[in-house]
Amino acid sequence: MCVTCGCGSDQNHVEGETHAHEHTHADGTTHAHPHGHEQEHGHDHALGAAHAQGTAPSRRVQIEQDILAKNDAIAGANRQRLADRGIFALNLVSSPGSGKTTLLVKTIEALQGRIQAAVIEGDQQTSRDADRIRATGAPAIQINTGKGCHLDADMVRRALDRLDPADGSLLLVENVGNLVCPAAFDLGEAHKVVILSVTEGEDKPLKYPDMFHAADLLLINKTDLLPYVDFDVDAAIGYARRVRPDIEVMRVSATTGEGFEGWLAWLERGVNAARARRDASVESLRRRVAELEAALGRSA
Amino acid sequence: MHEMSLAEGMLQLVEDGARRNAASGVKAVWLEIGALSQVEVDALRFCFDAVTRGSIAEGARLEIVTQPGLAWCMPCGARVPIARRGEGCPRCGSYQLQVVQGDEMRITEIEIA
Repeated sequence: MCVTCGCGSDQNHVEGETHAHEHTHADGTTHAHPHGHEQEHGHDHALGAAHAQGTAPSRRVQIEQDILAKNDAIAGANRQRLADRGIFALNLVSSPGSGKTTLLVKTIEALQGRIQAAVIEGDQQTSRDADRIRATGAPAIQINTGKGCHLDADMVRRALDRLDPADGSLLLVENVGNLVCPAAFDLGEAHKVVILSVTEGEDKPLKYPDMFHAADLLLINKTDLLPYVDFDVDAAIGYARRVRPDIEVMRVSATTGEGFEGWLAWLERGVNAARARRDASVESLRRRVAELEAALGRSA
Repeated sequence: MHEMSLAEGMLQLVEDGARRNAASGVKAVWLEIGALSQVEVDALRFCFDAVTRGSIAEGARLEIVTQPGLAWCMPCGARVPIARRGEGCPRCGSYQLQVVQGDEMRITEIEIA
């Protein structure tokens, strides 16, 4: 990680963002940021001093902090920011090839005219997925994680700065295709939605339990292919409920639109609830301001 | 391998703790890792060694305390041990389990000079 500019992993990059390792001077010249090295030397000296002292007594101090504390703090700030704007945010997770991007494209098209959607796309490389989303007319931004295997809250924070989704809209975050690593990282979403396609094994919920445990909704996708594959839908749902007894399940086909009514209705309920919560908090703030103003008026 | 991100997060917490206590070096880091948490301990050790190089925590020993998994079984109305997610209650076989211990990933203490 670059300790000078605090850019996180050297490899991840939010589309449209100037790379953190370059900076531009007032005269317009841009050059590579000599990141981290001065700081590292500083550490070397500190370490040298410790060695020189040699006999310094050591002591134990309590830290008592979750390893993910920093990520979770940023995720909490993202969540607050989204709530303040009445935005319903979902973190879509799955293996590569489950049909996430096609599902998103079809969802955005079906919601057109009713709900505005914006997308944050996570992939190791290329902006191919964001390009597919933008072709629908919805705003999208690509995060390339480079060597990273998951999105983290800070990448989403930076993407939100650029994307600036509309108040009361639906934000779909398509995580890196990976059923392991994204499970641990809260991005500030309302729900994780896990997508399992019928061309995969129905025992994936048992093989990758952390992800199915973290998700609130399971979408079983590509149901139009069920006649051609050996996939036991009931078994898959049963396995998912072993790791997450209260997980909601919907069967959909992004290709034929089968099962989409239920999925779109679920999205609409979420968006309406996020808008209502925002309106209620704005309303309660207004009332509080009016009360304080009245109190000030009395004391004046 | 998200253990690299976890190790980077650990290093930040360790560095913050060392700075707060005006430490000149970090000799050991105590971790509490639950049996049901999302971390592979060997991978975490490897990544911690890699990310601490050149930092105040270079060469620090990693002391890992493993917390066994415990869940509340609704049908039994009791706490039961579980080894991994997706496993049923050892008494009644039910999957109506609420994990009450074993998903932690915490730094508890550091030893500083």
